[in-house]
Amino acid sequence: MTSYGRFFSHILFALVLFGQMLSISSGYCKTAEEKGLQIAREADWRDDGFGNYTAEMTMTLKNKQGKESKRSIRTKTLEVPGDGDKSLSIFDTPKDVRGTAFLTFSHKVGDDEQWLYLPALKRVKRINSKNKSGSFMGSEFAYEDIASQEVEKYTYKYTGKDEYHGQLCFVVESYPVDKKYSGYTKRVSWLDTKEYRLQKIEFYDRKKSLLKTLTVGDYQLYLEKFWRPDTMSMVNHQTGKSTVLNWTDYTFQTGLTDKDFNSTSLKRVR
Amino acid sequence: MFAENKSYLLLRFFFIAALFLFISSPANSSALEINGELSSQGFLFIHEGAWEDQEKQSVSLAAKVEMYHGFTDNLQFTMEAFYRIDSLDSERTHGDLRTAELIYFTDNWEISAGLGRVFWGATEFVHLVDIINQTDQVEALDGEEKLGQPMVHLTIPQSWGVVEGFIMPWFRERTFPGVKGRFRSPFAIDSNLTVYEDDEQHHTDLALRYSTTVADADLGIYYFNGTARDPVLLLSFDNTHLPVLYPYYEQIGQSGIDIQMVAGEWLFKAEALYRTGQSRSYAATTFGFECSLVGIGNTMMNLGLIGEYVFDDRDQGWLPTIYDNDIMAGLRLNVNDMDDSTVLIGIIRDTHYGSTILGIESSRRIGDSLRINLNASFFIDLDKEDPAFILAQDDFITIALIWYW
Repeated sequence: MTSYGRFFSHILFALVLFGQMLSISSGYCKTAEEKGLQIAREADWRDDGFGNYTAEMTMTLKNKQGKESKRSIRTKTLEVPGDGDKSLSIFDTPKDVRGTAFLTFSHKVGDDEQWLYLPALKRVKRINSKNKSGSFMGSEFAYEDIASQEVEKYTYKYTGKDEYHGQLCFVVESYPVDKKYSGYTKRVSWLDTKEYRLQKIEFYDRKKSLLKTLTVGDYQLYLEKFWRPDTMSMVNHQTGKSTVLNWTDYTFQTGLTDKDFNSTSLKRVR
Repeated sequence: MFAENKSYLLLRFFFIAALFLFISSPANSSALEINGELSSQGFLFIHEGAWEDQEKQSVSLAAKVEMYHGFTDNLQFTMEAFYRIDSLDSERTHGDLRTAELIYFTDNWEISAGLGRVFWGATEFVHLVDIINQTDQVEALDGEEKLGQPMVHLTIPQSWGVVEGFIMPWFRERTFPGVKGRFRSPFAIDSNLTVYEDDEQHHTDLALRYSTTVADADLGIYYFNGTARDPVLLLSFDNTHLPVLYPYYEQIGQSGIDIQMVAGEWLFKAEALYRTGQSRSYAATTFGFECSLVGIGNTMMNLGLIGEYVFDDRDQGWLPTIYDNDIMAGLRLNVNDMDDSTVLIGIIRDTHYGSTILGIESSRRIGDSLRINLNASFFIDLDKEDPAFILAQDDFITIALIWYW
């Protein structure tokens, strides 16, 4: 390329860059889809760099008659640069499933990988991640609800702002990319405009009717950057059943690495 | 007798070593966990036993204690002790240390020593390639209960797969039902008459395994060299001149492979082995699929459809198996309710003899720490030529109540 040519390409590059900056700064020019994606990306970006954390969770299942059943689960999560998170869930109760563990490698594109460890048989079983619409341990949470929420797993549409519990929120619709296996046709999410934290999701089933509502509350700030909720409550409007997750003991940067998320460590997990 | 003493000595040494570690480790009560379970089990047989001394029902009580202690972040001890008292079969009144092992691990390797349990395999019905542990045959007819295997086990996980080495200095004999027990041949098996091809119980068995995940498949390949876990049963006479069977354990070499693969809502599973040392060399394979239907009929229930096939080319005259050429079909229902109710129905059909085994396993939780299991097996049209024929009179229903603490 001649020096003239190189100069021209620099100009062109600068113009393109300028054009991109223009489009970022002026939200009004965007389509609702672009705005929706931008909000999802911003929320994801704000949680970038957490590295790893452990937490404990109590899951309370409640049926229509008010009968309750509790499960206690410990979780370990590892952020994987450029891909979905790796996570490990270990059951402490009910006692008959004590020691059972789920290992998940989530991916931005394509199916997640999942393994189940059964302590009685010392057996690691591959499980089908296409069961994403299935219930997680009898709860109102489907596998796809508890899985790592990667931006790429949905397409988005911004529908406006709404006040929720005294906070101004973005309202964003999201549609699963994997339409065949997801249990939903649409999700409507409320994220507060200040911190981009998820406040509420309404789930619409395959027949497009309202199925469940998730409300997320009591956010705590960790390491001055990462928000985590203390409670998540899922109500099934069609069956009257509900599941509440209470999170405790969040610990960030615990030294977890890739080596804590493989079949070898799964077999001696505690 | 000497062998017996040696095993006790080894165990005693191990416990003293473990105890010493407990005492010398800094007091950290949070790192010690003890729990267990108590269970009662009742068997009800539909028919009178085929052989003398057998009865139509039996009850038993079992206890299990599990202990875990973390000495440091990368040194831990686990133990699982088990004992069962059976009302009928004195051979089923037995105990075992399922595990008692120290595990030390770093980021790059892991070593465990003691009594351990290792499972290899992929399929649901027949576990062909699982070989490290001996089967506790009196515990469960399906062979899924195993005895603790003394071993040193080295694991090296790498980005390209996991390499494992096993040194097994002591052999565990298979348990067999006694004269009053069901699920047995006309002649009882007398373990006191056990014969070994080589080195008695102190033959050092070795195994090497490589396993990895490639795209949507988990696969493992191994070589085992040592004492066969499944003995040949030979006829003899006891000192009252009555015919008895005695186990004969041969030296074998076995290569095996196991694969689990995901494809859409399908899971494909396969196992294969090649064994030398018991009559002529032979190969065996089992493979199949599991397809899951999620949220059937607009409920939370999941239904798994399982189809498998097994083919075994062994010398049936020397080492008979009931799984020589069989098709298996199963339905697994997960109700996904609060009580985690499950039902598994399976059919095994011999393609040659037409013999059929129907099995039902159902289970649910009661409250927080109790579980009830209701299982049944029916043996239908068993052919006299089929090795499974000895089970012809043994149709049963069993109920078990397990309390976890």
